[in-house]
Amino acid sequence: MLWTHRTVALFALVYAAGAQAEGDAGHGQRLFESRCIACHSIESNRVGPALRGVFGRRAGAAPGYDYSVAVSSSKLVWTARNLDRWLTNPEQLIPGQRMGYRVDDANDRADLIAYLRAATPGRSP
Amino acid sequence: MSNASKILLPSRRRMLVGTGKLALSAGAVALLGSQSWAQAMRTANSGDVAILNVAVGLEYEGINAYAIALKSGLLKGNAIKAATKFQDDHKRHNDALIATIRKLGGEPVKERTEAEYAKALNVDRLKSQDDVLDLAARLELGATNAYLGVIPSFKDPQLAKIAGRLAADEAAHWALLNFDLGRPFMAALGFGA
Repeated sequence: MLWTHRTVALFALVYAAGAQAEGDAGHGQRLFESRCIACHSIESNRVGPALRGVFGRRAGAAPGYDYSVAVSSSKLVWTARNLDRWLTNPEQLIPGQRMGYRVDDANDRADLIAYLRAATPGRSP
Repeated sequence: MSNASKILLPSRRRMLVGTGKLALSAGAVALLGSQSWAQAMRTANSGDVAILNVAVGLEYEGINAYAIALKSGLLKGNAIKAATKFQDDHKRHNDALIATIRKLGGEPVKERTEAEYAKALNVDRLKSQDDVLDLAARLELGATNAYLGVIPSFKDPQLAKIAGRLAADEAAHWALLNFDLGRPFMAALGFGA
């Protein structure tokens, strides 16, 4: 019985991890182009930093962008989980950050993260 | 005195807001009406100023994007009128945002050069009026959704309300540009979705 419960729990964790890693990158691109594009582009630093290569990158490391002290001194790496936490509530993850923008829907976050992953070839979370 | 810097308060009492917040001088927050300033003084904090500064960055980019568009020679007739009007709206937004940041004791971010905005927006690819209107529409839609998206992050609900008003202006810009491009209307509840 205990083995069965543990096995079920293990499968649940594996499923959840897989679900977080999945997402519709196509929908994520559409979301990016309607919600994120005011501040971000993939290729250029604008109000927000360029996001090419963000997946797996240390926070505060886009070349040439003037980050807040909070973000540049954080030791975060942009994994799928950390991006999800960031998009849920940036201030809760890195107090003193400057983005402030939240994505409330978990599926939307997963899709955006899938798009950002696709914009970072060769990286794994 | 511009509307953006008009003092609306009846009182001149100085208020200190406490650790982690800003020392606020008596006077109006430029964007707020006289009945809202007291709440703003009590609840606005450095996080709110940071969000307002993101808005200033957005508005500077919009102002310069329209400047580039108007200089491009690609716009004709009513498109010139619209671009001129929308640029003016962004200037008014920015004046009010900057005045508010200063009233809250913060320092507004600086404008970049037009050439920097041009490079970041990749304007070299713009070859027609529709290209220009498409870029403007994308930026206005992004700005609408950005303002809507930061509303929950404001500590001061009055500033959150202002974000809603700014979003409304950007949505109006987007709607006209979108219509001129012959694209479908936004679905109900589509903004911020």
